[in-house]
Amino acid sequence: MGQSIQNKAGLTDQDFLNIYQKMWDIRLFDEKVETLFLAGKIHGTTHLSIGQEATAAGSGYLLRPTDWITSTHRGHGHSIAKNTEMNQMMAELFGRENGTNNGKGGSMHIADLDKGNLGSNGIVGAGYPIAVGAALSSQMQGKDQVTICYAGDGSTNEGSFHEALNLASIWQLPVVFFIENNQYGMSSSIKEMVNIPHLSERGAAYGIEGVTIDGNDIVAVVDATYQAIEKAKKGRGPTLIEAKTYRFKGHSKSDQRIYRTREEELHWETNHDPLQLTEKLLIQAGILTKEASQQIEANRKEAVEQAVIFAEAGTLPAASALYENVYVD
Amino acid sequence: MRERTYLEAVNEALDEALAEDESVFLLGEDIGVYGGGFGATKGLIEKYGNKRVRATPISESAIAGAAVGAAMTGMRPIFELQFSDFITIALDQIVNQAAKIHYMYGGKASVPLVMRTAGGSGTGAAAQHSQSLENWTAHIPGLKVVQPSTPYDAKGLLHTAIEDQNPVMFYEHKLCYKMTGDVPAGKYTIPFGVADIKQTGTDVTIVATGIMVHKALKVAEQAQEAGISVEVIDPRTLVPLDIETIITSVKKTGRLLVVHEAVKRSGFGGEVASLVAESDGFYALKAPIKRLGGEAVPMPYQPQLEQNAIPQVSNIYEAVLSLMKQ
Ligand SMILES: Cc1ncc(C[n+]2csc(CCOP(=O)(O)OP(=O)(O)O)c2C)c(N)n1
Ligand SMILES: [Mg+2]
Repeated sequence: MGQSIQNKAGLTDQDFLNIYQKMWDIRLFDEKVETLFLAGKIHGTTHLSIGQEATAAGSGYLLRPTDWITSTHRGHGHSIAKNTEMNQMMAELFGRENGTNNGKGGSMHIADLDKGNLGSNGIVGAGYPIAVGAALSSQMQGKDQVTICYAGDGSTNEGSFHEALNLASIWQLPVVFFIENNQYGMSSSIKEMVNIPHLSERGAAYGIEGVTIDGNDIVAVVDATYQAIEKAKKGRGPTLIEAKTYRFKGHSKSDQRIYRTREEELHWETNHDPLQLTEKLLIQAGILTKEASQQIEANRKEAVEQAVIFAEAGTLPAASALYENVYVD
Repeated sequence: MRERTYLEAVNEALDEALAEDESVFLLGEDIGVYGGGFGATKGLIEKYGNKRVRATPISESAIAGAAVGAAMTGMRPIFELQFSDFITIALDQIVNQAAKIHYMYGGKASVPLVMRTAGGSGTGAAAQHSQSLENWTAHIPGLKVVQPSTPYDAKGLLHTAIEDQNPVMFYEHKLCYKMTGDVPAGKYTIPFGVADIKQTGTDVTIVATGIMVHKALKVAEQAQEAGISVEVIDPRTLVPLDIETIITSVKKTGRLLVVHEAVKRSGFGGEVASLVAESDGFYALKAPIKRLGGEAVPMPYQPQLEQNAIPQVSNIYEAVLSLMKQ
């Protein structure tokens, strides 16, 4: 296959098809999760990445297994993009022994160190310093790993964001701060929570280059992430990427979304759906047909169904698991 | 009887305090139209506007610190931490600033703020959203610590907290929010440092806090059927603590069981047990004091493990039976 879509990372047509497939994984996985939650099949809470598939899939695709990510409460997409098995993720949500975290973490804590995933996080902003630490470790050990720190717009108002960016900058660490600006925290519009037009401007305060991109434009995501990764690998320090996107669903399962309008939601769903946009791009480039696209969707739907079957078949942790892993033996 | 939920009781107290005192204001994440983490501030921004109901950025340290500064200079801030676990981020302002200022400044400044926050497990929210950390603040001189278990107590104690001249840590329990009970209309206060005997009894004293009060009451019912008379005491405020009521009860029953959801190790139950052991109530004991608390593990996600991590009715009942054997 050729290279029909111009991009800075030199991705081939096949690469873009792979990314597109990942985007479907994320969409369908989270749609399934939503259904399961509403049906009471899984408990706790969950935060869906629906509408934000391009940021995770486009950036994660550029990472090697040895590269690290830190993720957030809204982390299913990041984990899938970093190649954590959907089977194990679903098993985790079902609280099974064979889940990513042996049933102890749940949606907000999915981690998969073998795949380079240092974990999702229930504490907003907690990933920043951890990502900096991972990047520091790479630097000290002379490894050419890169860390991507995923975070939300709202989290940039935590002190940890500011402290971590400064540290990463003075030590020129190989870390990419990837802000998914879906324009809201839980309910608060980021426009009312910061007094600057672009979150990427915050990089300047710490001597870090900041860029704002359309996070639903897969090529923009690939290009910006690729440049940031290359820079990091060359020892030229961190980058702050602000990717504008939108979460199509409520913040968590109980959210009635009274803080935003249905018109605004419709606007984003109609004009900025990353899956529709990417499909259109690939079809226009002649890489994909509508039929092939539907086939991908059907395949991935099947994969998600399989994940549910896998999860339901998993055994529950033994009662003794309660006391295991509190300390390293 | 005016039946209201615990959540409504909290909301009413906030509403009445905002109406009564211009210096009272609320701050916290998503406390506007969203109503805060669990809906306690619903309807208040519509009534009092965004100057007095201030939805903040996600900045717990600044929220707590701004409350300290405002409290020192004439306001009465009430800030919400959506989950009590997030106190970790606000802790410098609470522990090193709010708690100490009045003393450090020789009594020349005061910090009349209230921190409201939701604690406890039982919702499948896992390790970072389920802790019971009230004992942390109970350890810090200068802070008052409140832990209401019923709608009635929640409203009255919150009013008292708001009127108090000191920083007050107000721990609500997520699983209590939907519970209903009698909540009188209008403002009323419940003095701090006065325990409530939720059930009188003569054989065993159970001192329980938060959600454990309700479990202890179930146990009392069960025990009644087995011919055991259980007294259930809810201290309601950990600081100040009404140890007298507890000691008086122990002198009557001769048996003490302390139950809380927080991890047992270094938990508040140890404090209660020690105070009783140090008092003349000690001589009345017919059996060694028993404590039940959370297992010393982070809260697991899986529902059965989550339940096993904290005392259940059956554990409390067994503890009562074992006390009765002695
Ligand atoms: C320290 C901390 N404060 C508050 C919360 C509650 N909370 C969870 S997600 C969230 C909003 C996060 O917004 P953003 O960073 O934009 O991420 P998004 O949910 O939009 O992906 C809040 C306030 C939390 N989990 N941790
Ligand atoms: Mg956001």
